Amino acid sequence: MSTVSVSVTVNGELRTHEVEPRVLLVHYLRDVLRLTGTHVGCDTSNCGACTVILDGAAVKSCTVLAVQARGGEITTIEGLAAPGEPFSAVQQGFHQEHGLQCGFCTPGMIMACTALLGENPDPTEHEIRHALEGNLCRCTGYQMIVNSVRWAAEHPDGIVPESSDAASSAPSTQGAGS
Amino acid sequence: MSLIGARVLRKEDPNLITGRGQFVDDITPAGTVVMAFVMSTEPHSRIVNIHSADALALPGVLAVWTAADIAELSTLGLPGLGRPLLATDVVRFVGEPVAVVVAETKYIAADAAQLVIVDYESMPAAPSITTALADGAPVLHSVLGGNTVFDQPFVDDLAADFAAAPHTASLHLVNNRCAAVPIEPNACLADWGPSGLTLWATFQAPHHLRNTVAAYFGIPQDTTRVITPDVGGGFGAKINFVPEYFLACALSRKLARPVKYTQTRSECQVLMYHGRAQEQDVDVAYDDDARLLALRVRVTQDQGAYPDPTGMGLPVLTTAMAAGCYKIPKVAISWRNVVTNTTPVAAYRGAGRPEASYLIERIVDLVADQSGIDPVEVRRRNFIPTDEFPYATHSPLAVYDSGNFAGAMTELLTLFDYDALKAEQARRRNTRDEKLIGIGFSSWLEIAAFGPPGSLEGFGHLGSWESVQIRVQPDGSAIIYTGASPHGQGTVTTFAQIAAGELGIPFDKISVRHGDTATVPQGIGTMGSRATAVGGEGVRTASVRVVERAKVIAAHILEADPADIVLEGDGFAVNGTPSHSVPWSEVAWKSFRPLEIPTDSEPGSLDITVFQQVPNFSFPSGAYCCTVEIDRGTGEIEITGMYLVDDCGTVINPLLAEGQVHGGVAQGIAQALYEGISYDENGLPQNSTLMDYLIPAATELPSYTDGRVNTPTPNNGLGAKGIGESGSVGAPPAVVNAVVDALSHLGVQHLDMPITPLAVWNVLEEAK
Ligand code: FES
Ligand code: FES
Repeated sequence: MSTVSVSVTVNGELRTHEVEPRVLLVHYLRDVLRLTGTHVGCDTSNCGACTVILDGAAVKSCTVLAVQARGGEITTIEGLAAPGEPFSAVQQGFHQEHGLQCGFCTPGMIMACTALLGENPDPTEHEIRHALEGNLCRCTGYQMIVNSVRWAAEHPDGIVPESSDAASSAPSTQGAGS
Repeated sequence: MSLIGARVLRKEDPNLITGRGQFVDDITPAGTVVMAFVMSTEPHSRIVNIHSADALALPGVLAVWTAADIAELSTLGLPGLGRPLLATDVVRFVGEPVAVVVAETKYIAADAAQLVIVDYESMPAAPSITTALADGAPVLHSVLGGNTVFDQPFVDDLAADFAAAPHTASLHLVNNRCAAVPIEPNACLADWGPSGLTLWATFQAPHHLRNTVAAYFGIPQDTTRVITPDVGGGFGAKINFVPEYFLACALSRKLARPVKYTQTRSECQVLMYHGRAQEQDVDVAYDDDARLLALRVRVTQDQGAYPDPTGMGLPVLTTAMAAGCYKIPKVAISWRNVVTNTTPVAAYRGAGRPEASYLIERIVDLVADQSGIDPVEVRRRNFIPTDEFPYATHSPLAVYDSGNFAGAMTELLTLFDYDALKAEQARRRNTRDEKLIGIGFSSWLEIAAFGPPGSLEGFGHLGSWESVQIRVQPDGSAIIYTGASPHGQGTVTTFAQIAAGELGIPFDKISVRHGDTATVPQGIGTMGSRATAVGGEGVRTASVRVVERAKVIAAHILEADPADIVLEGDGFAVNGTPSHSVPWSEVAWKSFRPLEIPTDSEPGSLDITVFQQVPNFSFPSGAYCCTVEIDRGTGEIEITGMYLVDDCGTVINPLLAEGQVHGGVAQGIAQALYEGISYDENGLPQNSTLMDYLIPAATELPSYTDGRVNTPTPNNGLGAKGIGESGSVGAPPAVVNAVVDALSHLGVQHLDMPITPLAVWNVLEEAK
């Protein structure tokens, strides 16, 4: 099958590859770039596990062909916090408020929540639930995901207050072991 | 410092929130090729011909196999009723794999699967219990003669008791067939090289899979390795031996390439074993005061096309738990297992117990409705009193360990104003179009902590214990290896919490490893709400033994008697003389140095393995209330409150316990209102994608109000009962009872799940 050249900026880096025109963006990210943090949970664009940020907006990368993203700027879960840098506020919020269990929906959830807070830095519970309508989680029942987003809204720099009642000092930067 | 009961944040999170988790599909060794199924489009047909030449000719295709190519590979499941890896001569459900293709990429594999043409000769299908049991029904497995696999009759059907009873109530209940829908569908990767076989699988019980695969191929266990890396949810549906595991291994052996299989969601919906699919005929007898006198339950379990051993056990659990938290003098149970032309049925979160709580909690509400006595009061009159534990039920499986059913109800009623809500309900009923209010209770009870000796062996497991190994490292940190195999439960965190308190080693210096048969001692796995109550107890036991040994070394260093050594600060001290102490790091370091330990000790002694047993099941319980509002114009149901009082005994981590409850409740609400796999009369599945199978999003679910009572189990030193399945057991009856309550003034006594707006609208229209 013939291929076309695709250049996209992914997590700040310009990437160029020859890909088949039919290749979905999610498969380009996972199979070609080996950025496996973006997941696939369905084949009907319902679950949102594949959500990335493309040119500032959350998109389901299983609904976009890699060629359609040509020239675009993509942020995936791997690009949210640089190595050695603190987690983003949304990442930290998911940790603080137990917004994940198995973690499979989580990258997509975090990207969708990141896009939401970009548009609406102080969303209500109702607004959060509606913004996440396209992201399915089978583990949490969503309430703690809502709490996670609220935590991020209330701590936009992602810094955990000293007085936090969390007994753990789990690492809060990339690259630290657990 | 004990961390039991502390709101500790999870050790699991950092990788998972940064995209650094490793799920099966993320792993791609050099040379990996991709496997895909050709799946039956027919519910019950003879395979006449399979044309695979075009697929084989496609560049990039390495193999196309049909049943004829794997004649030497045996079937899975029950002897005589086994499921072939690929359909042989006959297909028995839509989705059943007929052929398998392997190609260089997933795109080519999908193309190739499309090119395989199967000629079928259709036969009549029996896609439901009713059609399978009808006279002259098509027979799925000729050895059975009919479609009933097993039938356990009543020992005594209590006919005389019912005839003599002042009142009776009866219900026919359908527990709708549900799909587990872990957001990660099934996936596996087999790499069978000259040195042995490695199988990565998204599975809940790695050793169980390792032992089964080794036995299946007749290869030694030591060179057979199963790795369950990060697993994206399981809910019971990832403990079944499905053909893909064995085919991937066989193909890898044949092709000398790693072979990966990653299911699409649409494939998952028909291939991953379904849950529930159970019908019940329930009768109770009661007196003028609504005291229950007798209960009779006949269960019919739909097993799908091939009876799965776990699936066969579902009605056993349902009937064992049928009396719930009530003292009922006489209970009669009976069940049968029936095959149908549908996806096989096995465990799904709760596995037989949601069906039990559903039947008893529905019929108790019917007693309330018929007798005119408040449903809370009916429950209170029938609860097993707190001073009657251990309480022997009609079933030898179910000897309840402890509970406080009345206390849970009392706690529940502090979470909202029941009387005010009842008054508002009455007021609204008298208006023309204000939304109707419904209030539904569920005083549920389940069986957990599988289990006591013998409890899992019946399902093919090696044992019912769980393995825990604690290895203190030379720097004084510790690694715990466990046969429990979590997939979201937070076991890495809870086990470290338990160990931290017992070992006196800080939480941050304890790691928990699982999911690799090459490094973890023979284990059992995570299902049946057992990880904490069995495995967690193993962590406690092993920790105590490690400390005993460490005290010997500390005593040697401190020149004291081991009996006088206590855990103190960051290490050990002589009792009463805290300054006379030695840190853990020194004890750990010296434990590996023969010249620095007592001469009769061996180096490396701070390494303990236990195979933890528990003497009995535990019985988590609780009281839930769901409140709903129903739009009289559209039939739309809105959950306005979900009040959840759980009793799981000792709570290790309240944050994680709440997470487990919320997730289970979400699945319970989903079963009650949204989900249900259906087949048309010909056996074609009607909702095999997420477009038509509604798993709820954040907009469909309420926020939850949590409450708690604690009656520790006497069966383990922690007092923990297990909580993984509670929500899915407790929620469905609460939700259904609420909707029925909202419509009860119209004469409604029952509606089957999932209760759709259409079903409610029909009721409302009829009442006009
Ligand atoms: S994988 Fe993209 S929406 Fe499900
Ligand atoms: S955390 Fe498992 S699906 Fe969301």
